[in-house]
Amino acid sequence: MISLAGRDILHSWGKFVFTGVGLGLLIGVTLTMAGVYRGMVDDGKVLLDNSGADLWVVQKNTLGPYAESSSLNDDAYRSILAMPGVAQAANVTYLTMQVRTGNADVRAMVVGIASGATDTPGWPPFLVAGRQITRSHYEAVADVATGFELGDRIIIRRNQYKVVGLTRRMVSSNGDPMVFIPLKDGQEAQFLKDNDAIVQQRRRTAENPSLNRPGVPGLLDAVIASQSSNPYVNAVLVRVKPGYAADEVAESIRRWKRLTAYTRPQMEDILVGKLIATSAKQIGMFLAILAIVSAAIVAFIIYTLTMDKIREIAVLKLIGTRNRTIAAMILQQAIVLGLIGFVVGKITATFAAPFFPKYVLLIPTDSIAGAIAIMVICALASVIAIRMALQVDPADAIGG
Amino acid sequence: MVGKGIRIEGLRKRYGSGDTAVDALKRVDMQVAPGEVIGLIGPSGSGKSTLLKALGAVIDPTAGRMILGDEVIYDDGWKISDLRALRRDKIGFVFQAPYLIPFLDVTDNVALLPMLAGTPNSEARQRALALLRALDVEHRAGAMPSQLSGGEQQRVAIARGLVNHPPVILADEPTAPLDSARALAVIRILNDMAQRFETAIIVVTHDEKIIPTFKRIYHIRDGATHEEAGQGRSID
Repeated sequence: MISLAGRDILHSWGKFVFTGVGLGLLIGVTLTMAGVYRGMVDDGKVLLDNSGADLWVVQKNTLGPYAESSSLNDDAYRSILAMPGVAQAANVTYLTMQVRTGNADVRAMVVGIASGATDTPGWPPFLVAGRQITRSHYEAVADVATGFELGDRIIIRRNQYKVVGLTRRMVSSNGDPMVFIPLKDGQEAQFLKDNDAIVQQRRRTAENPSLNRPGVPGLLDAVIASQSSNPYVNAVLVRVKPGYAADEVAESIRRWKRLTAYTRPQMEDILVGKLIATSAKQIGMFLAILAIVSAAIVAFIIYTLTMDKIREIAVLKLIGTRNRTIAAMILQQAIVLGLIGFVVGKITATFAAPFFPKYVLLIPTDSIAGAIAIMVICALASVIAIRMALQVDPADAIGG
Repeated sequence: MVGKGIRIEGLRKRYGSGDTAVDALKRVDMQVAPGEVIGLIGPSGSGKSTLLKALGAVIDPTAGRMILGDEVIYDDGWKISDLRALRRDKIGFVFQAPYLIPFLDVTDNVALLPMLAGTPNSEARQRALALLRALDVEHRAGAMPSQLSGGEQQRVAIARGLVNHPPVILADEPTAPLDSARALAVIRILNDMAQRFETAIIVVTHDEKIIPTFKRIYHIRDGATHEEAGQGRSID
């Protein structure tokens, strides 16, 4: 038996191809939306991977350092380092801000990293150009997505930094590229005010009689000095010794240090389940709407194509064609339309993804799930047309 | 006529019931022998199309008897469960317009019926080509319907009606859109094919050009048939 659907498609290939391309662009948008979500999740995981930590120790009862602000004294890491099972512990600061270069600025996450060896938690694990930070001030390693180049002078707050190294795929959970600077500079960047603000604060402090007592010399200077420095960091990144369970070390830190410690799975839950949950729901809604629109379009197209063949269907039924043969013809056409749409959509999404400002991750399982979903949508969308075709009276082929 | 062709006895068709009932066919008696082409004529609303649909097994008659070949297919109820197979295997249709399937070429338009009946594609195509040769359209075997003239399309439609060698062909106004010469050519073909394949052909027509060619004519008026002799004018 010949394939009626195949013959019809070959006969009207232009109609099918152009309709498939239109549908494909819609599917391309759908796949890209899924890729945006995957990219957000991947950004979160990359952030955790690249931090090189097994545990994140943060201010008690906070979801820091990524989902909430967290503030710890910068000497807390010393006592953590003394805990059983802790191999390395390093302070880290995070600050999302506009980093200026020349007249332009780039939104970036500025990461203050503790001095030490290159395997210190928080450091970029690899470079694509240049070197790691070797000085204690005013050097930076930037993600290539910032657009910075080696030797560029960038401005963070009031200070200039020289870009000495470039890394790749070091992004915040929002997809902002990272700029690594020394910890002290990172702490200062979080705190440093402009000169006018500093003058105003000193004046207010001096006018406060409880902080400027004539009988206590040196108190005012001590207060001003404490206001001018930042002894806080956002988190302590901990690497666990081999043979120790991260859960147990985390529990020990929680119990004895009165701090909150998160393991890798807990931190993933926070990033995926809380930080990007709203965005994920938003994208989910878009995907649902796009799926409904795709189904409506396929249903309309298949219905129209079937309506154009009403007389032929009546003749086919009159000359003895089985209902299932006619239903298969319509279903196969819907599936072929979906296949054309999927191929076009996949190609469109693949070529469009690099042009998106944030990371778009197209993973094979999403593509397979998308293909299956499209086939199911096309099959469901053809039901209306099949129903109509099966209701065609073969007597309609006979005049009168 | 013995055991072949088609015989219809006391066929009735009533639409609706009670006060609103309409008797579209009050009593139809017909008999068409194998190889015979008869005309079925009547004014609009006389019941021609209803009769054609009943003979074509696409509507259910209310009462009567139909014998196709040796087989009683209707006797106050269908005696065959698969009417679709009945239409496919034992009844050929030729319409006013050819109604060829636009996305199949000429050969496959004709071969489709045997294929639907389970005949292997190659065998079905061989059978189709043989018929196309007989109808002098073999040279258009690979063409699409849209590339054929009206007369060629109608010959392909006749080939489709004949391809399963049905005992009866129902032709609904097959010459309506054709000029005299082509209309007579179609009737000539139908007569040739009827004799060659021993098929009974019922031609429903208004066409004054072809009515004189029938040897027998059934008039249908107010749902009842009346047989009369036709002129049987030679077509050659």
